[in-house]
Amino acid sequence: MKRSELLSRIFITVAVLGAVGAPLFVWARTPLIHAKVAEDGGWNPDVIQANAGEPLFLKLTSDDVVHGFAVGQMDMQSVDVLPGKVSNVTLTFDKPGIYTFFCTRWCGLNHWRMRGTIEVSGSPSDHEPALSEAAEPLYVTLGLDIDAPHDALVIPRSQPSAISGQQLAANLPIDLSTDYYRAYSPYQVFDELPNTSLTESQSWDVVAYIWQSNTTNESLSDGQQLYAQNCAACHGENGAGNGVFADDLAASGESSMQTMAGADQMTMQTPVDFTDPTRMLGASPALLQGKILRGGMGTGMPMWGSIFTEEQIWDLIAYLYSFQFDYHRGEAQ
Amino acid sequence: MELTRLPFLKSALKSRYSQLAVFIVMLVGYIFVILAGLIGTPVGSHNFSIVFVWIAWWAILILVAVPFFGRGWCAVCPIPLPGEWLQRGAVLNPPDKKPRWLNLRWPKFLRNIWLQNISFLLLALFSSVLLTTPNITGIVLAAMLFAAIGLSMIFERRAFCRYLCPVGGFIGLYSQTAPIELRIKDKQVCVVCDGKPCYNGASTVGLDVQRLNPPLSANSNTGYGCPWDVFPGGLTKNTYCGLCMECIRTCPHDNIAINLRPFSADLAKPSTRLDEAFKAFIMLGSAMIYAGVLLGPWGAFKDAAYNVGTSAWFIYATIFLAIIFAILPGFFWLMISLTSRPFAKHPFGAPIGRGVGVRKFASLTTALIPLGLMFWVAFSLSFVLTNATYILASLSDPLGLGWNLFGTANAVWQPMLTSILAPAQTLALVGGLIWSARTAQKAANEVKVSSVPVVIYCFITTLVMLGLLL
Repeated sequence: MKRSELLSRIFITVAVLGAVGAPLFVWARTPLIHAKVAEDGGWNPDVIQANAGEPLFLKLTSDDVVHGFAVGQMDMQSVDVLPGKVSNVTLTFDKPGIYTFFCTRWCGLNHWRMRGTIEVSGSPSDHEPALSEAAEPLYVTLGLDIDAPHDALVIPRSQPSAISGQQLAANLPIDLSTDYYRAYSPYQVFDELPNTSLTESQSWDVVAYIWQSNTTNESLSDGQQLYAQNCAACHGENGAGNGVFADDLAASGESSMQTMAGADQMTMQTPVDFTDPTRMLGASPALLQGKILRGGMGTGMPMWGSIFTEEQIWDLIAYLYSFQFDYHRGEAQ
Repeated sequence: MELTRLPFLKSALKSRYSQLAVFIVMLVGYIFVILAGLIGTPVGSHNFSIVFVWIAWWAILILVAVPFFGRGWCAVCPIPLPGEWLQRGAVLNPPDKKPRWLNLRWPKFLRNIWLQNISFLLLALFSSVLLTTPNITGIVLAAMLFAAIGLSMIFERRAFCRYLCPVGGFIGLYSQTAPIELRIKDKQVCVVCDGKPCYNGASTVGLDVQRLNPPLSANSNTGYGCPWDVFPGGLTKNTYCGLCMECIRTCPHDNIAINLRPFSADLAKPSTRLDEAFKAFIMLGSAMIYAGVLLGPWGAFKDAAYNVGTSAWFIYATIFLAIIFAILPGFFWLMISLTSRPFAKHPFGAPIGRGVGVRKFASLTTALIPLGLMFWVAFSLSFVLTNATYILASLSDPLGLGWNLFGTANAVWQPMLTSILAPAQTLALVGGLIWSARTAQKAANEVKVSSVPVVIYCFITTLVMLGLLL
C-alpha cells in the first residue's frame, strides 16, 4: 500500500473516531439535570447526592418549557431553568439530611409534582440537629384531625377590622399570646370571648385584632410573596380558589390525578377558597400548618413540609387570614 | 466560459487530496451533527443538529448552492465517502481488480427517480416532527449514512446518491437551472477514446493501460468509473451528474470541463420522463403545503402535521399526497388538454395514445422547475430569516452543555431583515413566474402546443403561493 493511501485511511479513521468520541466524551463528563414537565417525568435525575459543608455544583437545563429551581428549607434565590440553556447553581448545605428541590415556575398542570431530593450526608454538628430531626409540628402536639370538617358556625356580616378591634379590646381580658392564637380558630376565639356588651360585629373586630397582633407587616409581606409564588397558581392571586390552573385542574379531573401510580383512589377537589369565611374562620393556625405541611393527600394540594421552613409557614398562614381580616381599615391616613 | 481553464481550480480538481480533505471535514461535521441530535438538548430551537441542518444547511442549499452551483452540494456531501472506501477497498488507490462486494447492477425497473420521489415524500410527510425533534434528525441522518454504506456493498457505484437520496432528487431536478455544468469539451475525442475510462474506470474492466491511446497518465490511472453511472461523453443535462469530479481526474485526454453558462440552459431540452415530471409536482406542491402549514396561521394544520399517527395526521397526509399526485398534476393536465389534444394522431402515423400524452405532459412540466425552485426560495427566505439568530446561539453551545465558545450562546432570538422579507419573496415569486413562462414557451415549442395554459397554471399557483406567504 502506498504511503499516501495508508495515511489517508489512518487520517479518515482518526477523524471519524474523533468526531464520534470527542462529543461523547465531553457529554459524559458534563452531567446535566434535565427538567421536564411532570407528565413527562419531571426532574432527571431526581435524587442528587451531596456532602454537608461541601459546595455542590449543579448544571440544570430544561427539555421543554421554562422551569425554576429552588431547594426547600434553604435561603436561596430560585434559578430559572430555560429550554435548551444551561443554568449553573452552587449550593452548600450546612446540615445533613434529605432536602427537597422543586420547580418554581408554573410550568404546567402538574407543576407542583416536579420535585426531587438532595441527599446530604455528613455528621450533624452537636448544636445543630439534622434536618429530619425537626421538632414535632403543633397540629400533632395538639392532636388535631386536620381532615375533619371545621366550619365556623357564625360568620361576620362584614370584614372584621383589626384597627376597630384594638380600641374595643383595650379593656377586655383577652389573651394575645402566640400559643393561644395558633391553637384556636377565629371562630373559637369569637365564641369564647368574655361575655361583654360587644355586638357580634365588634367581637369579630376584636378577633381580627388578636390575629393582627400575632403577626408583623414583614411576616405578612413574606407570606404574600410565598403565596404569590407557590399557591396563587391554584388558589388564585386573591385567594378565591380560582387560580390559572384551577379550571384546568377541574377540567382534567381524574386524568390528571392518575398520572401518579396508584392514584385511582384520588378525587380531584377544587382549590380551597380562602375568602370563604365559613371555612377560614373555622380553621386554627395549627390546623392550617398541618394542611400546608402535609398537603391535601390526594386532593391535588402538594405537601410543603419539605420545602417551607416553619417560620415561612407561619408567615404564609398569617397572610392567608388577611383574606378574612382587614388589618388596615380605620388606620390614620 | 470554461472554469477548468483556471489553473488553480484545475489543479485542485485534478488532485485527489483536495476533494478528499473537504470530504473528511464534511464527514466529521456530519457525524458531529448526528451526535448533537442524539445527545444534545431535545429543544429543537437550541439543538445544533436542528439549527445547523434545517436552518443553516437548508439556507445555503436552497438559496445558494442549488440556484448557483446545481449539484454543488453533492460535490462535497460526505455521505458516499465511507461506502465508497468499502466498495473500492481504497481511498486514493485504484480499486481492486475483483470487486470486494456484490457489485450488482442497479435493477432496471428502478433506474429512475421514483424511489427518490418516495424517499423525499416520506421525509416530507413527517417533516414537522423531523424538523423540530433533534433525535429524529440525528437518526435520519445516520440512517442515510448507513443506507449509503449498505447500498455500496450491494450495488455498484453510488446507488444511494443516484437512486435513493431524498435530497439528491430535487437537487438534480433544479440543477438544470444552475449556471454551472460539467461537460465534455470535444465530442470526437470521446467517440474514439479507448475503453471510456471515465465511465468504466481505468483499472476495473481490465483495460490494457499501456495500449490505450494515449496511455493513461498517473492521475487518470487511478481513476474510477463514474460513481453516478453517467457516461460524461453523453451529458446534455445536469440532472444526474453529481459533480463528483471523478471524470476530470480520470479522462486521459483532459476532455472534461466545468463551464459557466447561462441560467436554466438545460431547460431548453425538456425531459419527457414522468418520474422527473412528478418530481416537479412534488416540489411545487410541498413548497405550497409547507408555506401553508409551517408559516400559515392555521393551528389545526400544524397540529395535524405534528401529531404523526393520529387520524388528523392521516387526513393531513392524504391531503398532502392528493395535492401532489392528483390536484396539481390533474389541474395541469386539464389545462393543457383544453388547448391541445394529448391523444391526437402522431404526425408520422406512428402508434398514438399514451406515449404522446406523457411526452407532452412531461415536457410541459419543465416550466414548473424554475417556478418550484423560486417557490422554495421564497418559502425558505421566510423561515431562514426568521430563525437565523438561532444559529449564533447553537454555534457557541453545540451540544447544549452550557458552553459559550464564541460568546454568542445567549444571542436573543430575533427575526432578521423583516422589512425586506415580503418584497424579496414577492420578487422571487414574480421572477419565478416570468422565468417559468419563458421556459413554458420553449417547452411548448418543442412539443408544438400552445404555452398559454401552462403560463396560466403557473400564474394561478404563484398567486396561491403569494397568498400563502404574505
